[in-house]
Amino acid sequence: MKRLAGYYCFAIATLMLPLLFPDSYYVTVVGVTVCTNIVLAVSLNLLMGYAGQISLGHAAFFGLGAYSSAVLTIKYGMNPWLAMTAGVIAVTVLSYVLSRPILRLKGHYLAMATLGLGIIVHIFFVQADQFTGGPDGISGLPVLSILGYPIDSDLKWYWTFAIFMLASVLFSLNIAHSRSGRALAAVHGSEIAAQMLGVDTAKVKSHVFVFSAVLACITGSLFAHQQDFVSPESFSFFFSIELVTMVVLGGLGSTFGAVIGAILLSLLPEVLLVFEDFEVMIFGAILMVIMIFLPQGLFVAMEETFFRLLKRKSQGSADVTS
Amino acid sequence: MDQLLQFLISGLTVGSIYALVALGFSIIYNASDVVNFAQGEFVMIGAMSAIFLLKGGLPYPLAALCGISITVLVGLALDKLAIEPAKNATVVTTIIITIGASIFLRGVALLIWGKEIYGLPPFTGDKPITIGTATILPQNIWVMVGTAAAVLAVKYFFDKTIMGKAIMACSFNKKAAFLVGINVKQMLLISYGLSAALGASAGILIAPITFMSYGSGVMLGLKGFCAAILGGMGSSMGAVVGGLLLGLIETVGAGFISSGYKDAIAFFVIMLVLFIRPSGILGKAESDRV
Amino acid sequence: MLHVKNLNTRYGPIHVLKNVSLHVNQGEIVSIIGANGAGKTTLLVSISGLITPVSGEIIFEGQRINGISPAKIVSLGIAHAPEGRQVFSPLTVMENLRLGAFARKKASEQEIEDDIGEVFSLFPRLRERQDQTAGTLSGGEQQMLAIGRAMMAKPRLLMLDEPSLGLAPKLVEVIIKTVVDLNSKGTTILLVEQNARKALEISHRAYVLETGRITIQGPASELAEDSEIRRAYLGKDYRDISER
Repeated sequence: MKRLAGYYCFAIATLMLPLLFPDSYYVTVVGVTVCTNIVLAVSLNLLMGYAGQISLGHAAFFGLGAYSSAVLTIKYGMNPWLAMTAGVIAVTVLSYVLSRPILRLKGHYLAMATLGLGIIVHIFFVQADQFTGGPDGISGLPVLSILGYPIDSDLKWYWTFAIFMLASVLFSLNIAHSRSGRALAAVHGSEIAAQMLGVDTAKVKSHVFVFSAVLACITGSLFAHQQDFVSPESFSFFFSIELVTMVVLGGLGSTFGAVIGAILLSLLPEVLLVFEDFEVMIFGAILMVIMIFLPQGLFVAMEETFFRLLKRKSQGSADVTS
Repeated sequence: MDQLLQFLISGLTVGSIYALVALGFSIIYNASDVVNFAQGEFVMIGAMSAIFLLKGGLPYPLAALCGISITVLVGLALDKLAIEPAKNATVVTTIIITIGASIFLRGVALLIWGKEIYGLPPFTGDKPITIGTATILPQNIWVMVGTAAAVLAVKYFFDKTIMGKAIMACSFNKKAAFLVGINVKQMLLISYGLSAALGASAGILIAPITFMSYGSGVMLGLKGFCAAILGGMGSSMGAVVGGLLLGLIETVGAGFISSGYKDAIAFFVIMLVLFIRPSGILGKAESDRV
Repeated sequence: MLHVKNLNTRYGPIHVLKNVSLHVNQGEIVSIIGANGAGKTTLLVSISGLITPVSGEIIFEGQRINGISPAKIVSLGIAHAPEGRQVFSPLTVMENLRLGAFARKKASEQEIEDDIGEVFSLFPRLRERQDQTAGTLSGGEQQMLAIGRAMMAKPRLLMLDEPSLGLAPKLVEVIIKTVVDLNSKGTTILLVEQNARKALEISHRAYVLETGRITIQGPASELAEDSEIRRAYLGKDYRDISER
């Protein structure tokens, strides 16, 4: 229970927000974006943080989910849930097939391969315009309903995304503490050491890769229905970079780090709106400064400072008693 | 046959640019194990500064030279302000720092030069020379000759000069480099400067053929990275071969399949190469450290 | 010439050198003997600036050099042939030697050629292999190259770290003879050796370093007679070490 105390606070805050500010733009519009980014960052963190694999193409799976839903429902009139399932199956197969050769690579080569995957998928969205609507994208997705209840208002979408996001975060927290979580951590620490301990690193890595991709894919489907519109721009190389930034900004290997990174980076454009043309420059500067001075990430740095203070305080009181 | 010749001309032209960018990648990678994702921004800054200096009334050669110098200064600043302070950084961290730097530089370029696209006039006229049914622009020749000259100069620098050897020595054995009195930080600074100069030259050479804007560096940088990997990360001559090869594959692919998928073809080839021979064509394997 | 005063050095949490003081006079061969892990290599890397001491002073020819960059220290006249033959493996023998003279910005091409000639006359094997890459040399040849490369800096103080480690007895003789030769031509030498007998034979003075402290010091001939040293470094233990 104690382990998840932070999670419960976070969950209550998330669910209280619309009750406190039911009509706020920040809850119904920004809130959904934040939730989307949290799930994506958390899923990427499973791969990057726990399994220690860099991915510069995560937006591809997000996009494949979104486009499967959009294309299959609009062009082929498929049921939204069926379309989403089809997307998940396609991404599962694709990511599984790609996982072994991609994850055999290391360091810069791995970065290149995942980056290539992201770019190829993005170009496909732009070029295959008979399916995808090309650069303009497609709109007019049918309403998604859960057990007969249509999700047809901004507030209902917020609830949907909030619950989906909270479930993903809980799942990620539990994975870190499970047997497979420890296997993951072993892969991050040293692959060779993990192999000597009998962990099938290739299998573990490929499962995480597939899982991470599928989670992004489902998020994409929901995103497409919520936005009622998809275009290639949402799934570009830059978005993949933004996702990596969220994970690293908060702190690699920490679920809450990814959550905080996602929240900060999603809110950043809202803040930077004031500066307009400066947005790109400031974004780059923040990225550099954090990585140079706090390479372990904001959340992890804060956590460490907090525990150090706590320790010093308890030591101080111990001195008094002795 | 003529079509093939045309492919060869365009492929080698664009391939030359990739080669210069890739060479810049491999120089920095060799000296410090850092992949500099801001390499493409060097190309953009070189071209854009030259374009605006020329517009400002400077004579063409001087504008080009100043464009290169400005880019070199940016390269030196990148090393001093972003790479040097982050010592002991992991691969992932340095990748993100340089990505941050590239976004930052693009943001600055956007502020200074806006979103419009610009071009440079050709170095010497734009009357195409016809060979059979294939045509070649004087600028194509400039690109190839300019690249060849730059590559030879770099090769001479690393093969024949003591400074070049000293930079290589840093990558082979940092401790020993210190002990023979090589200032390792200074060598790294030189490699950033050199790499920036190569990028800027690539930008100025190609700007008369393709247009430039604040965002043009991204794709060029990524393609250069592809070329460097294709040739085997860290091998300078591999980078050049990789660049030329990538240019040819892309042009032929675009010609036979579809020009819209041109960029996808390049990345597809890279992924195939990585899957089959992860160390590139001319490179050595990157081993896992225990 | 070199004065080390109350030097303290740490590797992270480990306190390696504890209040080490020693001096080397112009023209001497001074050796530092001691067991593995006593801190001999740490002492040399502290002097050459690869690690910065926590406290204490290193003074070379009247100038304080701790905290100065290693490159600067080389140009002041201290060269260090490190332990474990740290040659630039992918470069040729010739290129390695030329890099040895890197800090001598003012030297003319002719001077450098002459110095290379001198290294070659000391180690004819290197002349035969001048165009081979250093990685293809045998252990002994790499050792010669490391020493030769340090000589190329034209140091007034040459520091040699375990020059005879892992070499065949015949080669050890060659190296030892070279050290004496260099010294007679005016180079001051600070020698770190596990082969204590050989080191004491050629040295003027010596220091014994034990777990980071100087425990015994004095003229080499006296130390060679010291019963404790004989037992610890020249007796059975010494044979074990040399036969490894």
